[in-house]
Amino acid sequence: MELFELTAHELHAKLDRQETSAEEIVRSVLGRISRVENSVFAFMTVNIDEAITKAKEIDEYITSGKKMTPLTGIPIAIKDNMCTRGMLTTASSKILRNYIPPYNATVVEKILQAGAIPIGKTNLDEFAMGSSTENSAYKVTKNPWNLGTVPGGSSGGSAACIAADEAILAFGSDTGGSIRQPASFCGVVGLKPTYGRVSRYGLIAFASSLDQIGPLTKDVTDAAIFLNSIAGHDPKDSTSVDLPVPDYRKSLIDDVKNLKIGVIKELLGEGIGSSVKSSILEAAELLKKLGAKVEEVSMPTLKYGVATYYLLATAEASSNLERYDGVKYGHRSSEADDLLAMYYNTRREGFGPEVKRRIMLGTYALSAGYYDAYYLKAQKVRTLIKNDFDKAFSKFDCLISPTAPSPAFKIGEKTDDPLSMYLSDIATIPINLAGIPAISIPCGFVNDLPVGLQIIGKAFSEEMLFRVAYTYEQNTEWHKRKPKL
Amino acid sequence: MKYEAVIGLEIHAQLLTDSKIFCGCSTKFGAAPNSNICPVCTGQPGVLPVLNKKVVEFAIKTGLALKGNVAKRSVFARKNYFYPDLPKNYQISQYELPLVVGGHMDVTIDGKIKHIGITRIHLEEDAGKLVHKGAAGLKGSTGSLVDFNRTGVPLMEIVTEPDIRSPEEAKLFMQDLRNLLVYLGVCDGNMEEGSLRCDANVSLRPAGKKELGTKTEVKNMNSFKSVQKALESEIKRQAEMLGSGERIVQETRLFDDLTGTTTPMRSKEEAHDYRYFPEPDLVPVEPDKKWVDEISKTITELPNAKKTRLMKDHGLPELDANVLTDDKALADFFEECLKLYKNAKNLSNWMIGDLTAYLKVKKIGIKDINISPAQFIEMLNLIDKGTISRNSAKGIMVKMLDGGRSVNDIVAESGATQISDESELLKIITDVMKNNPKSVTDYKSGKEPALFHLIGQVMRATKGRANPETAKKLLTEALKK
Repeated sequence: MELFELTAHELHAKLDRQETSAEEIVRSVLGRISRVENSVFAFMTVNIDEAITKAKEIDEYITSGKKMTPLTGIPIAIKDNMCTRGMLTTASSKILRNYIPPYNATVVEKILQAGAIPIGKTNLDEFAMGSSTENSAYKVTKNPWNLGTVPGGSSGGSAACIAADEAILAFGSDTGGSIRQPASFCGVVGLKPTYGRVSRYGLIAFASSLDQIGPLTKDVTDAAIFLNSIAGHDPKDSTSVDLPVPDYRKSLIDDVKNLKIGVIKELLGEGIGSSVKSSILEAAELLKKLGAKVEEVSMPTLKYGVATYYLLATAEASSNLERYDGVKYGHRSSEADDLLAMYYNTRREGFGPEVKRRIMLGTYALSAGYYDAYYLKAQKVRTLIKNDFDKAFSKFDCLISPTAPSPAFKIGEKTDDPLSMYLSDIATIPINLAGIPAISIPCGFVNDLPVGLQIIGKAFSEEMLFRVAYTYEQNTEWHKRKPKL
Repeated sequence: MKYEAVIGLEIHAQLLTDSKIFCGCSTKFGAAPNSNICPVCTGQPGVLPVLNKKVVEFAIKTGLALKGNVAKRSVFARKNYFYPDLPKNYQISQYELPLVVGGHMDVTIDGKIKHIGITRIHLEEDAGKLVHKGAAGLKGSTGSLVDFNRTGVPLMEIVTEPDIRSPEEAKLFMQDLRNLLVYLGVCDGNMEEGSLRCDANVSLRPAGKKELGTKTEVKNMNSFKSVQKALESEIKRQAEMLGSGERIVQETRLFDDLTGTTTPMRSKEEAHDYRYFPEPDLVPVEPDKKWVDEISKTITELPNAKKTRLMKDHGLPELDANVLTDDKALADFFEECLKLYKNAKNLSNWMIGDLTAYLKVKKIGIKDINISPAQFIEMLNLIDKGTISRNSAKGIMVKMLDGGRSVNDIVAESGATQISDESELLKIITDVMKNNPKSVTDYKSGKEPALFHLIGQVMRATKGRANPETAKKLLTEALKK
């Protein structure tokens, strides 16, 4: 096996036994990138020289006998909506085509402290708005399993680079499914932690009350290891929660006996592909066989999730994106004689059609005379959805559903139909609205394309998710399959 | 027809915290452009605000002093509008759930107490400053620069009920409020520098009627005097319009200190839709009772209480007590002096007389002087002992203040001690009488004022150092001979 094919915990063991070096790992991954990147297009930027320099430093550090962390020497890909000091950060938008942040996101700072090696910045739907990565202003990332299909989105670059072995770990961000849906499409593990579990400082905001950073990895163990090093309270993020971070590796237990697992009825009904449905039911069956108590649960408010989300997320986005005005950084139109023209032209030239659509939707939802009917009403429905989850968790330890209604769709298939694109997040959106954690793991294939199983827990129950996901993974082979590239 | 004015004020006070409201940058005024900035206050992509606890403390302190209710749960909101001095293009402010609700301040007008209600107190961030190249304003300039030093400086907005009925009342309210804020130590109260700003909502109604008329909002009043002037001008304008049957247009008007008039800035139709919504990057503020109680203990004596105490305990007349308490620094200096000196009235005379006159000439505050209360008292003690005369002390005080020196130094250097020695004085008096025979004759023939001329000559000969009482006594005796 090549080094680039391994997981972080496997590479860590090799480094620990001095069977390899950080430089060898980095060179292996860079070699892989140079071979497959021009068919996958996962990266916005690859840090070739910096990564090798950093790897040499790490090797000196290791040989000097200093203590390693599980991330020491591990190449990590960073979604291009997370600020990296001195390194281009575009959010895959033209409006930030030349933006070099003066600071690091807290999660970036944390992995640097842990000795990880940033290998590059990955492509995304512009400002994380989309479900296919086709909304990137720069390139369309391809699904490594079938280059004619999308990798999902918005963390499509991060999910694709893990599936294609172009990085060992990758950061994603998830506002309505942007980690889990691409994980599902690309056959990798993707975790959206509880809102407040991981600092958002330095994550270019899409919808502040929904955004959360999380790991995209090759297996569940790596997801636990990765979360260990990025979770925790950050004084720079008031919405990060000051709760102790458990060692998530301890929850990697191959045992689901007597756990109560609910299968969400509404997420196996209308709009869900029948082959996806059977994959999920097979997964439920397996968990049952392994000793879990599996039952159907009905959550009637979930059908309002997409509508609620597209009011709240767009409202917050319309405000979050006001700062891109050509005054301070990023693109500034050269076609302007006065202030208003500078604003108009800069934003007209800088934002893509989907971002403009959401800014308009959100502006409308917050406008005088419409606020109560749209924004306020949506907030109320959000509470109802939360209540529905609370009720379900009074009976169940966790819930399961498909991550996405279908496997990866064809490139271009949904670009002219925003609504059908929005519906590809029908199963993931309610989780963000409720602020709870969920993980997507590979659970089958349909027409040689991966299908994802979503496991949902109550707030701060990541340990439960890891336990169920790990048990499922240990008893299946899906995660071991690799795309042919 | 006779009209009654209905006025409500919106006051913005910059809070005296060391760091900004949502980041750790310094709030220091006058630093080089864009030197007190960071990723947060320049609105870089991805940054998040973190609330400065001291800012909340200052607003609660003000709320308690104004007898308002501190909210159990208060929420920040985004006020969205585009302007280059606002880096995020939204201002973090408060909307539906302000930090303090209710309260009042009593203002004394023509000897009567007037109760002015406070609607709310909320917190927000200040904007930056635009500098236009090649012109005083945007118009005609060749380019504009932004200075973000002020961006994120904490602002406390105090909104009054429409309880004010005249420009005079508005001015008095502002003066008293400024005093209160300075006493609380939450704002330096400097209107000229913009650390205290005031907007007014003004409408007129026929005297005796209850319904409110259409209001206008007046902005850009940069001193207490301009508050009064602007309101007088706006009331006059509205009265003239109503008198000639015209309707008032709801609009925002800008006051111009030079012309003393207000001009339209934007109409109601042009008013922004700020699209307020709760700030998702901050958690609600929920001050617990214990903390509020602790804050309430930090409120020291307020202006009215101090005034009453100075009158009662130290026997000062109301006028003296008013002048002293109107400037907290002056009052503090006075009280420091009182610890070393018993004669409160004499101290007050010197402070509100010569000392204040000196400060006015130099255009400085008492905080800027470089002599201590103890040094000031040394001077008063020398006067009381008769070592220096009241008259020469005036000059000595100026020298003390100019050079930051002790009275003893100056006296020793100039030999300015008072001459009370009778034999020394007698010699001088004999000379004066010899050189002014006419005055001597005049006095002896009953023209009493001639005495003052002679005393004046004695003072002149001693460069003001003669003890005037002793000189007068000796001169009178000598003239009788």
